[in-house]
This record gives sequence, C-alpha cells and structure tokens, in this order.
Amino acid sequence: MNPLAATGRATLTVSQTVGEIAFFALDGMFRGLRGPWYPRQILRQMIEIGYYSLPVVGLTAIFTGMVLALQSYTGFSRFEAPGAIPTIVVLSMTRELGPVLAGLMVAGRVGAAMAAELGTMRVTEQIDALLTLATDPLRYLVFPRLVAGLLMLPLLVLVADVIGVMGGYLVSVYKLGFGPIEYINRTFDHLEVQDVVSGLVKAAVFGFIVALMGCYMGYHSRGGAQGVGAATTRAVVTASILILTADYMLTEIFFSR
Amino acid sequence: MVVIGGSGTGKSVLLKCILGLMPADSGSIQVDGEEVVGARTAALDRIRLKFGMLFQGAALFDSLPVWENVAFGLLARRQLGRAEARERALAVLARVGLGAEVLDLYPAELSGGMQKRVGLARAIATEPEILFFDEPTTGLDPIMADVINELVRRSVRKLGATAVSITHDMASVRKIADRVAMLYDGVIIWEGSIEEIDHSGNPYVDQFIHGRAEGPIRVLQMLPAD
Repeated sequence: MNPLAATGRATLTVSQTVGEIAFFALDGMFRGLRGPWYPRQILRQMIEIGYYSLPVVGLTAIFTGMVLALQSYTGFSRFEAPGAIPTIVVLSMTRELGPVLAGLMVAGRVGAAMAAELGTMRVTEQIDALLTLATDPLRYLVFPRLVAGLLMLPLLVLVADVIGVMGGYLVSVYKLGFGPIEYINRTFDHLEVQDVVSGLVKAAVFGFIVALMGCYMGYHSRGGAQGVGAATTRAVVTASILILTADYMLTEIFFSR
Repeated sequence: MVVIGGSGTGKSVLLKCILGLMPADSGSIQVDGEEVVGARTAALDRIRLKFGMLFQGAALFDSLPVWENVAFGLLARRQLGRAEARERALAVLARVGLGAEVLDLYPAELSGGMQKRVGLARAIATEPEILFFDEPTTGLDPIMADVINELVRRSVRKLGATAVSITHDMASVRKIADRVAMLYDGVIIWEGSIEEIDHSGNPYVDQFIHGRAEGPIRVLQMLPAD
C-alpha cells in the first residue's frame, strides 16, 4: 500500500478514536451528573478502587521509598550531600512517583478489571438488557466508575506518599545511620503545599484516565472472549501511555516558570 | 408472532432494530405509531418502557443476586423500595416455577434452564405490553424446552401482551405461535397463521419446517454422492 495512504489512514483512525473517547467521557460525565444517580454503584466502585487497591499501592510505595533513600545515598555521597535524602524522598514521592506509580498499578489492576467486566457484559448482551430495563448503561455503569477513579486515586496517593516517606525513613534510620527525629524534620523542611497538591491533582487526572480507558474499551468490545481479552490489554496499555503523557503536561503546568 | 429462519438470516437483528439497540440502515419502524429509527435517546427510553425481553443467554447481571435481577426493572423505575421489590420478585419467580431458595443465589450458580426462567421472570416482572423472546428454547433439553414454551404461552396470555419470538426450534413454534413469519436472506418471504404453515405452498418454508438439507435453501454446495 502507498505509504502516504497508510500514514493518512492511521492518522485518521487515531483522530477518530480520540474523538470517540472524548465524546464517551463527556457523555458519561454529563448524563451521570444530570440524570438519575445510582449511589450504590458509585459506592461499590469507590470501595473497589479505593479499598482493594490499598495493598498494591502500599507495597509499591514502601519499596519505592526505600529504593529512593538507598539510591540517593549512594548517588549523593558523591556530592557529600547525604542530608538531602529526606527531601529527595518526599519530593519525589509527592510530586512524581506517588501519583505515577500508583496510577500505573491501579491501571493494571482496576483498568483491566473494568474493561473485563464491561466487556463481558457487552458480549453476553447484559448491556442491551440494561437498555430494555429502562436503565442507561452510561449512568449505571460508566459514570460511577469515572467518579470513583477521580476521587479515589488522590486518596490512594496520599496514603502512598505517607508510606513512601516511611520507606525512606526505615532505610535511612536503620541502614544509613540517620537520626529518626532529624529525618522527620528534614522531610518537612523543604516540603511545600504545592508539591503535595500537584501530586493529588495528577492522581485525580490519572484516576479518571484509568477508569475512562477501562470503561471505553470494555463497553466497545466485540466478538466473544478474545475480544474481551484484547479490550483488557488495550485498556491497560493506553491508560499507561496516557498517564505518562499527562504526567509531563501536568508537571509543565505546575512547575515551569 | 413467531419469526423463523436459519442462522444468520437476521432474526436477532430484527428484534434489536425494533428496540433501537441496533441502528437501522434505512426504512421505518413504528411502535404504537411512534417512529423508532433515528429517534432521540429520551424517546427511545420511553418506548422501551413498554417492552420486556428474554435474551438468548438470559443476559442476567452477574454481579447481582437473582432477586435483584428479577426486580431490576421495578427498581429502575423507582416504583418500589428494596424490601417490597424482593417480595415482588419472589411472587414473579413463583410464576416461573422457582422458589425462595434461588432468591439470593447469583446467576453463575444456576443451571441453564433456571437462568432462562429467571430471565423470563425479569422480563415479565414489569408487566410489559410487548414481550420479545430471542430463541427461548435454544440450548435446553427437550423437557426444559417444553417447560419454557409453556411458561412463555402462559405469561403472554396472562399479561395479554403482544409477543414476538424468534427461533428455529419447530417444536417451540408449534406450541407457542399464533402467527408465523419466515425470514430468509434478510427478507420476510412468508407470513401466515400457525394452521397455514403446513400448507404454505412455499418451498423455502416447507424445507425449513421439515428440516431437510436439500431444497431451495442452499447451505451445502453439493452433497457428496455416496
């Protein structure tokens, strides 16, 4: 095929998909906010995302914090600046690693589950059944998931921040010879509200992205088990890429002068 | 009305187009004089309130227990509280021959026949004016199939509902049909009453209802000579 035509076709397909996803998101949010609410569904999704992701996020956070302390120590000893370790740990966690790593972990866990659940519902005609029972699938299935993602990931990241700092504390105090009180004090010395808030805003955006990709891919699955499997993979991969892209853009917005 | 036809002739598509679940390429579909093709979501929602549908695989909601599945339409219309809805579900389930022991089970824990019956209960719980059945007996053993046929007939009679069923199970057709239409290649090629079906004079219909591999409907290019 003519390479120009192939490029053109690919570009058009990508644009079309981006448009469809955008409309899907807007449709889901507006109809959800306006129309009948399903509080049980919203609560269920919030527990599913918020509570059940805690172990995975907690483990990620503690190991990240520990590694950060270790790496900065061995790296920064070259500059004779080990005192900077607590600051490095807390700023890295709150600004970047907390939201991004939690986002990626949750994308794998929650995004995949949403795509699989909605995908299976689609191929077993349960979504059609909802329509015949006077229930809008966007309001009943999608909106609760979008809201839950938006609200719960910031909470998870807050927990991750604390646990990450604790990981850094453990390594610094028990392995690197830091004084415990000194470590805690240094953590807060150079920490600004903006650091934490930027991380939480990122988390909200990432949470929304994860839920959106999970819902969109699942909702539009076709063709049986294989289709659902493909949708699940796509949901995780696209959510991950979008998280990394959004991460850069949000960092620009918050921190470039 | 029972619509018959081979696999892939468009029977499921017919039902889905009427309900607006699939967009029609062209033409007009009217329910009680109201146009479905190209209708806005709000209008479609309103039209769909008149319907109850039993899907081919029952399409029960896996994450909800049986009673909540059955009462789903009632709860969705905000007509009842949860406790009342559960009571009503029990009553409807009794009409399809299921007892209180299934109320709190999940669809995955039910057999195929039970799932279909729960699906039927869900469809009739809101007492709809129009009922659709998508291959209600497919995949069931002969006894369970007859049970379903019997339940379908009784429910339709009791509700006084307009009912459209699609199937390729001739035993089911003979049991539940008042009128029959045959779909072939996307077109309705014959329509008549159940009494007329054996004297249709239409070779396609004859081949189908008697289940012959040979005839005007060509599935195999050529049967081997041995």
